[in-house]
This record gives sequence, structure tokens and C-alpha cells, in this order.
Amino acid sequence: MIPEPWTPFVNAIIYLLLAPVVGGLVAGIDRKVTARMQGRVGPPLLQPFYDVGKLFEKENLVVTTTQNFYVLSYLVFMAVSGALFFSGGDMLLVIFAFTLSHIFLVLGAYASYSPYSHVGAERELIQIIAYEPMIIITAVGMYMVTKSFYVGTIVQSPIPIVLYLPGVFIGYLIVLTIKLRKSPFDLSTSHHAHQELVKGVTTDFAGPNLGKLEIAHWYEYVFLLGVVYLFFAWNPILAIAAIIIAYFLEILIDNTTSRVKWQMTLRSAWLVAGTLGIINLGVLYYLRMVVVP
Amino acid sequence: MTYLAKSPWIVHYDGSSCNGCDIEVLAALTPIYDVERFGIVNTGNPKHADIFLVTGSVNEKNREIVKNTYDQMPEPKVVVAIGICAATGGIFRECYNVMGGIDKVIPVDVYVPGCAARPESIIDGVVQALGILEAKRKAMNENPGAAKKPAGDAR
Repeated sequence: MIPEPWTPFVNAIIYLLLAPVVGGLVAGIDRKVTARMQGRVGPPLLQPFYDVGKLFEKENLVVTTTQNFYVLSYLVFMAVSGALFFSGGDMLLVIFAFTLSHIFLVLGAYASYSPYSHVGAERELIQIIAYEPMIIITAVGMYMVTKSFYVGTIVQSPIPIVLYLPGVFIGYLIVLTIKLRKSPFDLSTSHHAHQELVKGVTTDFAGPNLGKLEIAHWYEYVFLLGVVYLFFAWNPILAIAAIIIAYFLEILIDNTTSRVKWQMTLRSAWLVAGTLGIINLGVLYYLRMVVVP
Repeated sequence: MTYLAKSPWIVHYDGSSCNGCDIEVLAALTPIYDVERFGIVNTGNPKHADIFLVTGSVNEKNREIVKNTYDQMPEPKVVVAIGICAATGGIFRECYNVMGGIDKVIPVDVYVPGCAARPESIIDGVVQALGILEAKRKAMNENPGAAKKPAGDAR
């Protein structure tokens, strides 16, 4: 058996090793289900791995050498934020590392000279502004229910968190659409892009650098779905079912909606955070502080 | 077989095509042909692409764009000329503004004939291009310096 003090480190290492595998499979299932929804056969399940393998076989075409640093930082901080999360670390620290990794992505996009890349960077910043309040509200909501910001404590809590935070959960699912880069909020870069403008932040990344971006996305998938798990942590089977249903809904939304403008993205994300999130927290505060002192 | 042949990404450029071949290229993405089965993705971004599909002939206005798009693609890369206009200039060959086929500006690896080229023959051309792509990757690994050389203007 692993001694107790080592468990967080072991969890972090398991995450660092397995998250790209799980994330890649999730991406493969995503593409397969998307194709079935469109009446197509779709690529093989392992296609995302072939894609990344191919990208590392290509020439490393770099526009400015600073891009290399920013892409690597994006990947490293994404992995670090996920590792902190799965080792049971502080939720707020996880969110800060998560945001920082996206700032590196934005800087990487700004480092090139392409106007498409710059437009993508600006849209990525707007997306960060749009989803950040809801992510913070999620952490605060979990603190109000479990009295802890530590993921390790939240996950062991016997309280059915989602029953206390239904508004926050729906709000989180809506910003998850932004985070997973799905329609209608795939502004800064999209997997279904046929133009450079829609490729946005990834426009000027080629070969191995684009491969690193993809691996960072896989880490991100696993981390974001891990937050969904926290809402249902008291019942692991229910939590896995919730993750599958949530992801299926994201794919369905992706295939049935068209891309919106950035104003609409910002407005809808803040409206959700402001109504569902804040009202949920307000009700929770009132019930906890006033009714049951 | 390496990953390269399992995941060929395409960038499509319409030279001065009549749009016939372009529609056939896009038809290959539809549920009937569904080229994503083979991992083929239409990226719309030369920096992400492995295969450059060109439809229509080259004229004095777009020769710079064709060459620029080709130069932006990372090695290894292949060019597929779709339709008779991309191969030779086709019925527009005699026009005062038309230079001729794509090979007047960039090296072409596969010529797909037809007016318009059928989706089946476009997919066949892309599959043949995969073999050339693989050969180029081997050559690139054996002699890394050679691939960096930019394409010269063949005119």
C-alpha cells in the first residue's frame, strides 16, 4: 500500500501520465459521436492520437521563437493546474494556474504577426473574461457547502453538493461549452474551422507546437470533467454518469447551434453567472446564515 | 505506415476555377463520401496542412497567393492539382490573364484529371499523394537540410 502522506503525489503523477490518454479518447469519442449526429461514419476512435503523432513528425515551423516558450508554458501550467486539482489541492490555486496557462496561450498568439492570430488572441481574452466569474462562483459555492476550498476535502464530503448548487451546476455546464471550445462559443479557435479567422489563436502554430496545444487540450478536458465529478462526489457511479451525460449534451449543443458573436458570448456567460450563480449562492447564504444560525 | 498517412490535413485553394471542382472537393466532405473516415480534415490554414489542393488555373493575380500559401506549409507537404484547369489551364489556357497549370508556380505531385473532377477521383488523387507524402518524410529525415529550401518560381 502507498503510505497516506504520498497519496496526493501519486494522484498527481497518475493524472500527468493518464490524462493525455483519457483526454485523447474523449476527443476521439467526441469526433465519432459528432460524425454519427451528422450522418457520417467518422474517423477511427484513435484519430486524435494519430493527429498529434503526425504533428510531431512535421517540420517545426516557428514564426517567432518566443512562441515555443509560450506554448510550452501553456502545456506545463495546464498540466500543473490539473495535477494540483487531482492531488486534492486548493481549488483557488487550481483556478489561478488554469487562468495563467490561458494567458500564456494568448501571449503566444500575440507573439506572431498574423492578424488572424491577433483576433483569436483578443477573442480568447474575451472568453476568459466571460467564463472566469462562473468558475470562481463554482469554487465559492463548493466552499459554502463543504466549508473547504481543498479538492481533497470536497471529494470526501458526504453532502450531495449538486442538490445545494443546482444553479451553479447549470451555470458551470454553460461555461463548459466555452471551455471545451464548442459551438456556439467556439470564437477563439474551433475544431470545425475552414478559415484562418476561425482557427484564431492556433493560426500561427504548426507541427510540434500545435501538437503540444492539442495535448494541453486533453489535460484540460480531464480537469474540466473532474470538476463535474466534484458536484456528484458523494456517489461515484452517479458522478461518472453525470460526466457522460454532460459531455453528450455539449456535443449535442455543438452540433445544433451556430457560432455567436463575442458580445453574445460575454452577455450570456455573465447573465448565467449573475442569475443562476449569484442567486444560488444568495439562497445558500440566506438559508445557512439566517434560517439555521 | 506512419501517423502522417493516417492524418492528412488539407488546405484548399480556388485559383481561377469555375467553382465546379471546388464543389466536388467539398462534396468529398459530405456524408456520402465522408473523407474524415481516413482522418482527412479540411483545415483552411496552410500552417496546419499537409496536402495543398488547388483547383483552377494560375493567373497573374493569384500566382503570388498560390506560392505564398505553399511556402507557409510545413514540410513534408504535397500539392494535388484538381481538374484539367489546374493541370494545364484547360479551356482558359488561351486567356490573356491565365498563365497555365499550377505547375507553372509550384511543384505539383499529383494531377487529378476531369472537368469537373469527380469526388471519387479527388479522393484517389489524395490517397496517391499520401504515398508521396510518406516518401518525402523519409527523405526529410535522411537529409534534414534539404527540405528547408523554399520553392523556386518555376516560371
